[in-house]
Amino acid sequence: MTLDWIWDNAARIGELTAWHAALSVIPTVLGLLLAVPLGWWASRSARIYPLVIGGSGLLYTIPSIALFVLLPQVLGTKILDPLNVVVALTVYSIALLVRVIADGLASVPHDTVQAATAMGYRPWQRLWHVELPVAVPAIGGGLRVAVVSNVSIVTMAALLGIPQLGSLFTQGFSLRLTVPIVAGIVMCLVLSVVLDVLVHAVTRALTPWQQKAETA
Amino acid sequence: MTILDWFLDPAQWAGADSIPVQVGYHLLYSGTALLIALAIAVPLGVYIGYTGRGELLVAGVANALRALPTFGLLVLVVMLVAPHIGSRLAFVGPTIVVLVLLAAPPILSGTVAGIQGADPGAVGAARATGYTRPQILWHVQVPCALPLFLSGVRNATLQIVSTATVAAYVSLKGLGRYIIDGRASSDYTQMAAGAILVAVVALALELAFLGLERAVVSPGLTRAQLPILRRTSRVRPGVVPPASPREATP
Repeated sequence: MTLDWIWDNAARIGELTAWHAALSVIPTVLGLLLAVPLGWWASRSARIYPLVIGGSGLLYTIPSIALFVLLPQVLGTKILDPLNVVVALTVYSIALLVRVIADGLASVPHDTVQAATAMGYRPWQRLWHVELPVAVPAIGGGLRVAVVSNVSIVTMAALLGIPQLGSLFTQGFSLRLTVPIVAGIVMCLVLSVVLDVLVHAVTRALTPWQQKAETA
Repeated sequence: MTILDWFLDPAQWAGADSIPVQVGYHLLYSGTALLIALAIAVPLGVYIGYTGRGELLVAGVANALRALPTFGLLVLVVMLVAPHIGSRLAFVGPTIVVLVLLAAPPILSGTVAGIQGADPGAVGAARATGYTRPQILWHVQVPCALPLFLSGVRNATLQIVSTATVAAYVSLKGLGRYIIDGRASSDYTQMAAGAILVAVVALALELAFLGLERAVVSPGLTRAQLPILRRTSRVRPGVVPPASPREATP
């Protein structure tokens, strides 16, 4: 009967997985795009750094379920709107990544920055062509943490009835069936492994010099 | 009824289901789980950090647990265990077990990383001054480990408080009740009020921990944590800074 249930609901599991992937990946990407300027700003000044890092730390403290419930007040959305989940997870992703990016940029060797300046790079060119690429391994590491936590946090939205893999948990609980719950957990784990490997692959592709350093 | 009216309603502040009672239950479940997790993870972490055995296991478990959906785990454990327990503890017991499972890895990795990350210079200096190994552990490595240990405990607390909210779904008391019951009766005011209470409790605990860190951590250790302050040429080229921000291992 175990396999029967999965077989009968394969289409639905696929659909929920697709929703889940979208709800985890979109906020991670948005979070990265917004965290880069913020992190850069924080890395520039020892006065702003504690403010930005402290502030994002406090944001990260708010439990996800509370944020899902409160965001409709701020955004004017309905409680069932997936946009609430996207915004909440974007906030978490920013909070997580801002620190990684600020620390990553701050740890770019001083000599490298000076060499780039001496070669005539303008500040923004230097950021884009030198500092960010050097910080890519660190940012990639943070991104992996962010995307994997997002996959886990998205399931909380099932408490409100927003469809994704967490819906299998509530369904299983109300039907007193363990199979959907296990299927949901397994799919979540598979999804996070896939996304983790993907981010890792992109990080490696963007930093060919790292591979050389490792094999040499 | 606005959210403010809900909070001002005297009925919310007295009786068996009042706000103070629910906050009390929330803190009771969270505190119990945290104490059990500390009792398991701290001795284990000190042992692993001191001997260096089983480090890879710690890292692996910590990573795997981040991916595990806590809500799914909670529902699964409660469904598997609850039918075998007849008493009122049928839901509380399994929930505490899950909370401990979630809280132990961050404390464990914080303890291990803290003990191993103790400044080798300080450890060497202590050895040169004639400290025995247990003395080095107790007087040098443990104080040096405090910042990472406390941030591990802070992460664990955050995780517990957040998951204890979700536990209302499996009919536990606590602040999650407002959110779950509000959802069931389409009472958004109640849900929002519950969400505010959860957020306030979480923020209050976070600030309390930050205060505690400031109070107990040696001032010589805190400055070094801001990478921006040690930017000047101390960072060697090619060294990758810690990948994960909250569980940074030196």
